[in-house]
Amino acid sequence: MRVLAAMSGGVDSAVAAARAVEAGHDVVGVHLALSAKPGTLRTGSRGCCTVEDAHDARRVADLLNIPFYVWDFAERFTEDVVEDFVAEYAAGRTPNPCLKCNERIKFEALLDKAIALGFDAVCTGHYARLALVDGKPELRRSADLAKDQSYVLASLTADQLARAMFPLGDSVKADVRVEATERGLAVAEKPDSYDICFIPDGDTRKFLTAKLGARPGHLVDDETGAVLGVHAGVHGFTVGQRHGLGIDTPAPDGKPRYVLSLEPVNGNVRVGSADRLAVSEIVASRPIWPSGTPLAGTVDCVAQVRAHGGTSDAQASLVDGQLLVRPTGDLRGVAPGQAVVLYRPDPAGDVVLGSGMISATR
Amino acid sequence: MTYLDHAATTPILPEAVAALTGALSTYGNASSLHSSGRRARRAVEEARESIADALGARPSEVIFTSGGTESDNLAVKGIYWARRAEDPARVRLLVSETEHHAVLDAAHWLAEHHGARLTLLEVDDFGRVHEDTLRAAIAENPDDVALVSVMWANNEVGTVNPVRELAGTCAKHGIPFHTDAVQAVGALPVHFGASGASALTLSGHKVGGPYGVGALLLSRDVACTPVSHGGGQERDVRSGTLDVPGIVAMAAAVRVATEQREERAARLAALRDDLVRAVRAVLPEAVLNGDPGESLVDGAPSRLPGNAHFTFPGCEGDSLLMLLDAKGIECSTGSACTAGVAQPSHVLLAMGIEPAPARGSLRFSLGHTSTAADVRALAEAIGPVVERARNAGLAGLRRGTSPAAAEV
Repeated sequence: MRVLAAMSGGVDSAVAAARAVEAGHDVVGVHLALSAKPGTLRTGSRGCCTVEDAHDARRVADLLNIPFYVWDFAERFTEDVVEDFVAEYAAGRTPNPCLKCNERIKFEALLDKAIALGFDAVCTGHYARLALVDGKPELRRSADLAKDQSYVLASLTADQLARAMFPLGDSVKADVRVEATERGLAVAEKPDSYDICFIPDGDTRKFLTAKLGARPGHLVDDETGAVLGVHAGVHGFTVGQRHGLGIDTPAPDGKPRYVLSLEPVNGNVRVGSADRLAVSEIVASRPIWPSGTPLAGTVDCVAQVRAHGGTSDAQASLVDGQLLVRPTGDLRGVAPGQAVVLYRPDPAGDVVLGSGMISATR
Repeated sequence: MTYLDHAATTPILPEAVAALTGALSTYGNASSLHSSGRRARRAVEEARESIADALGARPSEVIFTSGGTESDNLAVKGIYWARRAEDPARVRLLVSETEHHAVLDAAHWLAEHHGARLTLLEVDDFGRVHEDTLRAAIAENPDDVALVSVMWANNEVGTVNPVRELAGTCAKHGIPFHTDAVQAVGALPVHFGASGASALTLSGHKVGGPYGVGALLLSRDVACTPVSHGGGQERDVRSGTLDVPGIVAMAAAVRVATEQREERAARLAALRDDLVRAVRAVLPEAVLNGDPGESLVDGAPSRLPGNAHFTFPGCEGDSLLMLLDAKGIECSTGSACTAGVAQPSHVLLAMGIEPAPARGSLRFSLGHTSTAADVRALAEAIGPVVERARNAGLAGLRRGTSPAAAEV
């Protein structure tokens, strides 16, 4: 196969590309320039597609003896990921930009271009298992549950997954690092990235305030309706958040308060005790089926509502084009804007049944 | 392999290899006073005389540098500083919009940090600076102009500037005129004295010499403040131990390139015309950028003989480059930046080309090793490559963003 390997300059995509080469594929490496200001060198642990990252990726390609190019997707990334991220927060939702980047950049803009240029697949260093079963894609959790990225890949369609390649799905991160060292890749010891790549200092609230300005509103007690304080904008909050609320007086019963819901229109941030965070039903729009097969009837599954943690047994069904998910366990802090991903438990790796974007909770 | 990127660098000439390897096995600092030093000094001076002779300069006007970028920086910054030191009113830099970044960025830097006022000289649709443009810019205030810099021939689109005319206009006002002749030497008749230029940049590896060596031809009567300080080896304008092997090899390359220039230029121009015809035969919509090359400037071709530069509508340059690269055909999108991201070329934008077509452009440049087989290889490959790149360009256009479009 002719494979286009997306190479970020990190250890995972480097080893993924190396494995694709070793598997006998005809591989070309591409580094995506996503930042509108690429002229900066990395500071601290991690920046966004810096000159240094491009250099690291290029050095890996040298070693693998594959052609390497830098492709500019900064404009698409800014529109589809960064601006979407800001707009979602402004609308009182909590977006996942990595998921959006996979959906719109790596497996849409890049994949489409790759296919048009004659490639058969795009290879990335994601931790998720992908196989074709009866001609249909089957996406499973990674063998490394701590690094599993099936959640941020679950919004890919069967069409997209059919042309994706995740060579690291069966590996654990520690082994990938060892392999990188054995292969002599200079990126073997490069630190993992955790932050949102376009917010290198990790201060999301500061980033959003710079983009959106102050949009003051009230912090409202969900039970009594009492105004407990003021805030600079709903974009500074996420459902389930406890810290940084800026309320001076403790609750009468001394229980910690959490953000329960965001009301961007009137600017209210509703807060209350942890027990009020529990949800009994999740409505999710825009359902996507990695295998191409929609959910039939009511299905017992495991629902995951954020990238790390937040899982519960659940019953899910497709009603009028929307996913209805009823957690049977205790699921708290479910934020609209995040994806809900449904898994069928399996000892060989939980299988992704489908996903949707959380639009409401009850 | 089909190498069509001679404007980036051209294979080293056998004569230069012989000179280089010969000199590499000798030693001696050209500034030393003993016999090894004298031997090295003699080799350098013979190289200096040879280059001066080949390019119509006096030996004392040849200042060896580390290459084109250093020569450009030295000329722009050094002459600016010297002129301003003589008269603080002289702060204006007149620089063409299509200069190489070594000139352009040096000028911008002077504007940002050293009080220069930068006037970018407009070019026509071929990328050429007209004498009346320069005249009008000088006329704003002839007394405040520190330096004018206009390249002899453009590295991207190959358009030749009327250097003699431009230098003449500067001379009327006593304004120094620098020209970056990196692409011109060996391709056009370059005679420093006859050109009227005060300073001229040349580079070793662009004429078949080694990398990392170049020269600035600098008139004796033009003051130039050093950029880097030290031993003052080159006329107290440029410091640093001289690269004896590099210098003698560059001199050998300049000698060969200028001696064979006429015959080679004619051969390359014919080959280039074949290339243009062949590409147009397959792709009538391809646009040749730059001067058509059918007229004369200062009695020489109006376009670099080895240069062909096209826009392929609907394509992205990086796609074209990758697809050709995969077929063993090497060319250039004409500009690169540190991260390797193809920005639309400032040269094409200055010529009035829109950013989208500017991104879909490729430069093919021929040189001394080019053959008819190279042109045939490109002619065979270009059709399918452009078709595929155009499909990829269409794929890059925004899909419907309604939720339904994202579903299977």
